[in-house]
Formats: sequence, structure tokens, C-alpha cells
Amino acid sequence: MSVFPYLVAGWILLAGLYGLVTSRNLVQAVGCLAVAQSSTYVLLLAVGYRSGATAPVFSDLPTDAPVVDPVVQALVLTDIVVGATVTALLLSLVIQLRKRHGTVDPEELTGLRG
Amino acid sequence: MSRTARLRLFLAAAAVLAAALITAATELPGFGGHHHPYGERAVAAGLARQTANIISSVNFDQRAFDTLGEESILFGSVLGAAILLRLARDEGKRRAAAEPVLPTTRLFGATLLPVTLLVGGYLVAHGQLSPGGGFQGGVALATALHLAYVAADYRVLKRIRPLAALDVADALAAGTYAALGLIGLAQGAGYLANTLPLGTFNQMSSSGLVAVINAAVGVEVASGVVVLLAHFLDQAVEIVHNGENR
Amino acid sequence: MNTADLLPLAVAVPLLGAAVLAVTGRRLPRPGRDALATAWAAADVACLTLLWARTAPDGRAVSWLGGWSPRGGHSVGVVLVADRLGAGLALLAAVLVLAVVCYAWRYFDEPSGEHGGVFPALLLLFEAGMVGFALTGDLFDAFVFFELMGAVAYALTGYRIEDERPLQGALAFGLVNSAAAYLSLLGIGLLYARTGELGLAQIGAALDQHAAAGHGRDALVVVAFVLVLAGPLVKAATAPFHFWLPDAHAVAPSPVCMLLSGVMVELGVYGVARIHRVVFAGAGGLPDDAVRDTLLAAGVLTALVGAVMCWPQRHLKRMLAFSTVGHIGLFLIGAALLDPAGLAGSAVYVAGHAGAKAALFGLTGVLLDRYGSVDEHGLHGRARELRLTGLLFVIGALALAGLPPFGTGLGKAVAEEAAGHWGGWLPAVFVLVSALTGGAVLRAGLRVFGGLGARPAEDPEAAATTGEGEEPEIREPGRRPPVPMLLVPALLLAGCLAVGVLPGVGRALAAGAAAFTDRDGYLAQTLGGAPAPAGAAPEAWWTVPGVLLGLLSTLLAVGLATAAVRRAPGRDTSGLFRVTVLPLRRLHSGLLGDYIAWLTVGLAAMLAALTAQL
Repeated sequence: MSVFPYLVAGWILLAGLYGLVTSRNLVQAVGCLAVAQSSTYVLLLAVGYRSGATAPVFSDLPTDAPVVDPVVQALVLTDIVVGATVTALLLSLVIQLRKRHGTVDPEELTGLRG
Repeated sequence: MSRTARLRLFLAAAAVLAAALITAATELPGFGGHHHPYGERAVAAGLARQTANIISSVNFDQRAFDTLGEESILFGSVLGAAILLRLARDEGKRRAAAEPVLPTTRLFGATLLPVTLLVGGYLVAHGQLSPGGGFQGGVALATALHLAYVAADYRVLKRIRPLAALDVADALAAGTYAALGLIGLAQGAGYLANTLPLGTFNQMSSSGLVAVINAAVGVEVASGVVVLLAHFLDQAVEIVHNGENR
Repeated sequence: MNTADLLPLAVAVPLLGAAVLAVTGRRLPRPGRDALATAWAAADVACLTLLWARTAPDGRAVSWLGGWSPRGGHSVGVVLVADRLGAGLALLAAVLVLAVVCYAWRYFDEPSGEHGGVFPALLLLFEAGMVGFALTGDLFDAFVFFELMGAVAYALTGYRIEDERPLQGALAFGLVNSAAAYLSLLGIGLLYARTGELGLAQIGAALDQHAAAGHGRDALVVVAFVLVLAGPLVKAATAPFHFWLPDAHAVAPSPVCMLLSGVMVELGVYGVARIHRVVFAGAGGLPDDAVRDTLLAAGVLTALVGAVMCWPQRHLKRMLAFSTVGHIGLFLIGAALLDPAGLAGSAVYVAGHAGAKAALFGLTGVLLDRYGSVDEHGLHGRARELRLTGLLFVIGALALAGLPPFGTGLGKAVAEEAAGHWGGWLPAVFVLVSALTGGAVLRAGLRVFGGLGARPAEDPEAAATTGEGEEPEIREPGRRPPVPMLLVPALLLAGCLAVGVLPGVGRALAAGAAAFTDRDGYLAQTLGGAPAPAGAAPEAWWTVPGVLLGLLSTLLAVGLATAAVRRAPGRDTSGLFRVTVLPLRRLHSGLLGDYIAWLTVGLAAMLAALTAQL
């Protein structure tokens, strides 16, 4: 099953998108965006995995030890910080919207149409 | 579009997307394979720069420009949240109430807070050597302060949280990162070039610029997360619509 | 200073400026903050002007960050690459930021105290994101800077927290754009798995080697292409990914709209063209015909949707936003031709459009300042007193319609001629879209500033966003418009004119377009080799058919506008309108779930279209 981790990534993406489409609560919708984003973590880490290898930190390893790809790990770290900060921004918009509109149901936000 | 119509439309499109992803997955190199050309070059380059934690070498040396952009996103989000969660024209602040707390909980928080600070500081300081670094340690540091809120109440947190200083520290750390890149530029080695003395492998002083940028990131993440959470907590605890009870 | 050093400096300068403003802003008085912001914005304009001047017309400046120059065609670092189009777009962003900072001097009611300096700091971060995206030669780095400009733009869009509509627009903007960015990152992951590279040039070269080793084209490349381009296509508001744009642009503060419509959306088209050209245009990528047909279809659809939706709007900023969608479609058509001539047309068009559109948003800000409304019907005749503003508004509308010798007209003429070689009917799309969008803005100008015709009757059937009851963005409503609020739009319109009148601009952009399409040159110069000279630059100057078509679209716009103004107010809408426009308007529901569903549909359609053509 050498494709299974990649399929998991795809499944997580679709689950997140499904949540975004059907959500009735904006906090949940922002959470669904984070779910969709998690698919990128899974895909990148799966791509960088090397069987039988360990973490790419050589403080107590011989320098010729087999390690997994450090680049994808660095990318995922960057990705996580980006995701967390964007989530914070979106949630602050939701907080203000709740105060102004009295609801967090995206189906009731019809102020901009046509 | 009705909700049913939307769902049908989405499911049809998602089926196409799923088929495409499955086909692509079968054409990817198998999971756990040994072909990682960039990864191997990154390991060699990190070791050559006396950096034991290769992930830190990628983040703060080889691809330091990505991390500069990412720290700017954090900085921009802190500024953005400050603007979005500011006091609206029809809002005021009330004083947070003191909350009843079990003495054991209070003791637990008081014990754990310094321990967590220490762990956070350790993670930041050893970012070039062992798993961890500026991001992870910074988040741990910010978490430590918020134990005061979890184990006591908002008043205690406000007392131990130098918000104005942290706000400035966040901006200064973001600016420092961008400015550190100019060292290499001035020496003709390129922006963000690691031209500092590299030290001895596996020592605290190793890895040159990596350790310095790592520290700047630690400061920025710790102060940025505290400030960001402060805006959210203010909304939850202190800010009320004018006309509500003060 | 080395030319290569200017590339990272152009990103670092606004980042440093943002930090300085955030630290000192709370202590400085308002004029001090404005002066500081203007100085930083001007410094970056100077830096990018120098870069533009020093970049060879048919070559590029390459900067390996951290000194990680490639050895044997491989590197572990990030590279910035500037050719004339990339550097030019970065310069355009910097110039617009400077214009916006000046425009906002006396205009914007910034909060002071602990939030002092935050607004200009965010503008500078936005600038860093745009410049970084325009100059990067690395796919993951492009994702980071894409998210930087995104995150800052969401905050700037939701700036007016007292009104619910900006919050809603910013949320739609943020959710749709971030979802698209993560799709791009998935695509980057797929490409990394296949090639083990992240740089544009390295991925392109590795895909070509994969093909040269005898592997055929497979689905992985198609899926990666669609996913990676999802981000830039959504940023470019390509139909059916465009729904967030009118919501965000209608509600963002006017100075922010000038940046969003003037340059950020165009960066999406640039990203599509750049990524396709370097990564996917080789033997290991996708056949040109399949890509051309798919992107052309998307461009035509976007142009028509934008134009048809622009015409019935009464909310002035929403009208301008849909006109941006229409024009983006035209830029995409030019870029989708995949030849230097089409790209040169789009480049000139983008430069001219930035001046005209930013000026129109700025002038709409004057209306908001004075009347607290941007509603075409509610403002009917009320702005007669603002003669100069009205004159500039009408000039902007005519420029939008493609009147020679404005830069928009020149860009339209060049792109039209290039498009005519691929499909005889494509120039008709250019004329129609220019006429409808220019005509709608002209109609609004005649009504608001001239009081022409009768006040339109309300149409209860049309699901419309009105422009009434907007929060004024200013300190003292009803004052005379401050000088910068008229001077900046006037200068922007002059810039639009200069693009069409000065032959040097078109020539430089045409040479840049030839260099942009020279994939071998990009790969060779980035990975360390001697590039062969690029192909001949296309012509980018006025021709007789170009001038005539420009006059035709302007005449059509004037005709449409006068006909609409003269129309009796109570008359029923025509059957054609009911069949075409109303259903389309109902699709623009403002509902977030719909937008994400359409995003998925767009991806599925692109996947199907490309797979069918392989």
C-alpha cells in the first residue's frame, strides 16, 4: 500500500472542502479550512518519508545515518505558522461579524449579492 | 442556488477531483522511497555549516527567505488582528472580574509556569542543535504566560504580561530579521548569507547566522502569539457594547 | 551596488519600513507617520526603478539568496529572478503603494494612539508581499509571498469593523483565497515528489529530463498543473473563481481598493503566465494547444461574466470591481495566447488599467467622503458641484472603454491584434467588454456628476447591492475634497495616458514579453549558463485597426451610457435582460458555501478540459 498516505491527504482535502461548502457556522468553516490545509502537511511529510530513516537532527547521530527529507519538514513548519496566523485573522473577522450581524451562520450573510 | 443544488454540484465536481487525485497518487514515487535529491543536498549543506538540526538549517539558512516571508505573515497578522479587534466606536472596556480558583489549581499553575518558561527558553536556545527552535520554543513561551489565565484569572495574566513591551518586541524582532539579511549583502555574499563564524559542530555557538535568526524568530513568535491572544482575550473578557452593564 | 542585490532589497525595504512604523507610529503625530510611510514607499520605488533600468531588456537579473548559487544546476537556496515584466509589475505595485499613501494623507481616518502607524505598516507589508511574489523564482517562496499579500489584504479589507459588510467581504476573500493557496501547496507537493525540486527553473528542467528519459505525459503533471495554478487563478478572479472579488472590492476602504484592483489581481495573471511558462511549457509539461484552449476559454468566460455583471450594478465600487473582473479576463486572453505579442499587449494593458482603475476608485472615495454613499441612484445629480472630480471620472471611464491614446487603448489594441491571429472573433470580445464596462462607469458618471436623465426607478426584482448607508471613511464629512484626493487620481490618469503616448514604455514591455516567453533563456540564466539571445520583440505600437477598434469601443460605450441615461424610468426590463443577466446575478449569492462549490467546479472543469485534450 505505498500510495495509501497520499490517498489520505486527498481524502482530508475533500473532507475540508465538503465542510466549507455545507457549514452553517463560520467558526466551523474556518476550522474546515484548517482541515483542508492539513492535507498539505500529510502530503508533504509522506513525500519526504524514507523507510527505515530517522529525524534529520544530527546532535546524537552519526553524520552518515539515513534521515528523512528535512526540506519537507521545514516546509511544513512554515506552512503551519502561515495556517495558524491566517486562521487567527479569519477568526477575528468572525468575532466582529458576530457582534455586528448577530449570527455566525454563513447562509444568513446576504448583504453582498447581485 | 438552493442548498441541495449546491451540494449536488459540489459532489459532482469533488468526484472528478477525487479521481484525479487518486490517479496522481498512483503515479507518485512509492511511499518511503529513497530518492530525495534536495533532501540529501540540504543535509550536506547543513552539516557543512556546522548545523546539527538540518531543519533549522533549511529554515534559517538555506531557505531563510521563505521564513522571512512567513515571519512577516505572523507580524502582519498581529497588526491585522490589532486593527480588526480594536475597540469599535460603540464599545467600551470593563474591568475583568476576579474568578474563584481552587488553591490546588493555583499552586499547579504557579509551579508549571516557570517550568514551561524554562522549557520554552531551552527549545529556542537549542534550535540549531536539537528538535525545536524559534517557532516551537516561542509558542511554549507564550503558553507559559497563559497558564496564569488558565490556573488563575485574567487579572493575574494582565499583571505578568508586559503587553506594550511585547508589542514593540514583536515589531523589532520582525525588523531585525529583515535587517540581519543586510549583513551578508554588505559583505558582498548575498542577502541573508550566513557569514558569521560557524563555531564547533554540536555546540551552542555553532551554525553562525542560524542561531541568531533562530533567536529573533523565538522572540517574534513568543511576543507575537501573546499579543495576538491578548486581542482575542480582550474581546472575550473586557470589551462590551456600550449600554451593557459595566 | 550590484544589480542582483536590488532584488532582495526591494522586498527588505518595505519589511523594514513596516517594523519601523509599527514601533514609532504610536509615538509620532499623524503628519510624522505619513511622512515616514511616504519616505519608505518612495525608497522602494527608487530601488525598483533602478532595478528596472539595470535589467537588460532581453535578459534578467538573478539573485541567489544566502549566496547559495547553484553547482551543477542544483542549489539548496531560493532564487529571485527579475526580467522586465517581473520587475515592471513590482515597480507598478510600488508606485501604486506610494500613490495610495499620498492619497490617504488627509483622507483616511486612521485610529491613533496604540494603533497609530498600523495602517501604513500593513500597506508596506502588502507591498513586500506583492514585490516578493513578482520577483521570486521559487515555487514554495511564491506560496509564502502569495499568503503574505493575502493575509494583509484580508485585514485591510475588513478595516471598517463598525459595518458588517466589510467583515463579510473580507471573510469571503480570506476563506476562498486561502483555500486556493493550500490547493497550490498540494500541487507543489506533487511536483516536489516527482522532481525533488522547488525552484521554478529546476522543476521545469527536471520535468523535461523525466520526459527525455522516455516517460510519457501522465495525469500527475495535469493534476499538479491545475492545483498549482488554482492559487493564482483565484487571486486573478478567473470565472468561476471570481465571486470573492466584487464582495471584497466593494467594501474595502477606497485606498485599499486602488491596490487590490490596480495590481494585486493582475499579479494572479502574472503568476499563471510565469508558472506555466517556466515549469510546464517544456517537453515534460503540457502541450501548448491544450493549455492555450483551456486558458482562453477561462479568459473569455471571465471577461464576459465581468462585463455583463458590471453593467447592471448601481453600487459604484461593486461596478468598478466587476469591471476589473472583465478586464482581468482580457489580460488572461492576452497571456493565454502563449506568444510574445499577446503577452506584450496584456502587459501594456495592465499598466494602463492600473492607472485608470486606481484613479476611478480614488474618485469614488471623494464621493464617499462627501456624501457617505456610493449609490448611483441615490447620488443622482448630487455631485454636480464637484466639477473637476466629475471631469476626471468621465476621463477615467473613457480610458476604461479603450479610448486612444490612453494606455488601456494601446494595450487593448496590441492584445486584440495578437488575439485576432488565433480567433477572428476574439477582438469582438475585447470591444464588447471595453464598451460595457466603460459604458457602465460613464453612465454612472453622467448621472452622479451631471444629473442627466431621470432618476432610475427601483426594480424590486433585481437582487442588488445598493451603495447606500456606507460608513464614511473620513474625519469631517462634507468638507471640500483635500488636494491629494484629486491630485493623485489626476496623476494616475496622466500615467495611463503616458503608457499610450510614450513609445518607450510599449517598446520596453514588448522586449520584456519576448524575454518572458524565452523559457530556455530563463532556465539557462537562472541555473548558471549562457542564455541564447531571446527572439525578436513584438511590435507594441498603434496601428490603424487598433485605433479604429478603440474608437469603436469608446463610441459604443458612449452610446450605451446615453441610451441608459435617456431611458424612461418606469419601462420594463427587456426579455434579453431577464434571460441573461438576472440568472447570472442570482448566482452571485454572497454565500460562502456557493463560492467554495464553484471553486471545486472550476478545478474539475479544468481537469476535464486538459485531460480531454491530451
